[in-house]
Amino acid sequence: MDSTITTGTEENVWGGGNQPLGASYGKLMMWFFLVSDALTFSGFLAAYGFSRFKFIETWPIADEVFTHVPFFHGNYPMYYVAFMTFILIMSSVTMVLAVDAGHKLQKTKVIWFMFLTIIGGAIFVGSQAWEWATFIKGDFGALETKGGRILQFVSADSGERLAIRDFAETLPSERVDHEKKNGIWYYQGESLPSYSLNEIVEGVKSDSNVLIRTELINEDGHKTVLTRDETLKKLNDATLVVEGANLVRNEYGSRLFADFFFFITGFHGFHVFSGVIINCIIFFNVILGTYERRGHYEMVEKVGLYWHFVDLVWVFVFTFFYLV
Amino acid sequence: MAHEHKLEIFRGLLKFKSNTQKIWGVLIFLTLVTVVEVGLGIAKPEALTHSYFLGMKVLNWIFIILTLVKAYYIAWDFMHLRDEKSSLRRAIVWTPIFLVAYLIFILLFEADYIYHVYTDGFVKWNF
Repeated sequence: MDSTITTGTEENVWGGGNQPLGASYGKLMMWFFLVSDALTFSGFLAAYGFSRFKFIETWPIADEVFTHVPFFHGNYPMYYVAFMTFILIMSSVTMVLAVDAGHKLQKTKVIWFMFLTIIGGAIFVGSQAWEWATFIKGDFGALETKGGRILQFVSADSGERLAIRDFAETLPSERVDHEKKNGIWYYQGESLPSYSLNEIVEGVKSDSNVLIRTELINEDGHKTVLTRDETLKKLNDATLVVEGANLVRNEYGSRLFADFFFFITGFHGFHVFSGVIINCIIFFNVILGTYERRGHYEMVEKVGLYWHFVDLVWVFVFTFFYLV
Repeated sequence: MAHEHKLEIFRGLLKFKSNTQKIWGVLIFLTLVTVVEVGLGIAKPEALTHSYFLGMKVLNWIFIILTLVKAYYIAWDFMHLRDEKSSLRRAIVWTPIFLVAYLIFILLFEADYIYHVYTDGFVKWNF
């Protein structure tokens, strides 16, 4: 059979019966998938760039949004994301080491390096979940105007951000959360913010230290802070209290910002998560000796490619979402 | 499966004795680049945030270039494209680069146009 297939084609690279690109079928298919997946992510990031250039003067500043580190209070821009980046690069390294050990057919080494890779991936996914939770919960709170713009608050003395709980008055009010158990079972109102619009407006009026910060970025790259007079005037435009973020509105600024955050980091996080699962499957296969019997560890190499790709995408997400 | 590894990086400036050593070398390099990026991101030197090149801050250009450098070493050494046949490498690398460059060009120009429609038009958006 062999001879009938290869006859006359031995000197022809694309004649069949050999591997013109020097890579096996499985590896080529993995590369096919990665290239198409890269295009998907590029589509997301390019759409992000589109929306950002469209609202270039009012887009939120990432340093001011992602300032939290677990177990620490205070303002630490970037540190935690940088740590996450390092974790992912580190798990990429253990993955290459596993592939390298696979080439040398050292089963125990492959097992250990795969194990470390899985741990790194799990830490990353956990960190991302924490980051989402912090982002959704919010920090300072803000007001939304009739035109859907966000008004934040700063202290006139220090220039630092003020949370609405710092200055809001407590006014007696009859509004309570409408829950399913109190009315018709299929009706549920939106949950009330911690302070009503009125309480915040009164709080700003009585505390002369509170100034409004608008979305507009000035020439120095900072958000514009209004004067006291402008602040009191601007209060008339406010219609809603916004705390945290969801897909409709967020306290950080442009609505699209939160949407892209959820979509892009979510899609990437989903890739990391499935990467961890696939790594686990290959990990157990290595332990069971599947590849030992097969005589080569090419499966480890293939999941390795996927894992590095996830790392590669994160490098871009990190730049375009957090740095630029 | 490419069993023989090319052990030089930086166009032969740095040679490693084994593949494992090369991996650690690349890790150190990538970590350094990330530290520089984060350092610049926190410090935001005024010389870089107030100068522009092609309508974008110089600092942002630096971030993007450093990102591409990192992407290169991840793809070349971690995904061992360096050891693959050049035909495979080119097929993988140039296809997305061409498509993505085209996409970015079109989307960003369009976005800039819409920005001007918003700011120069007679409709008020911020109220």
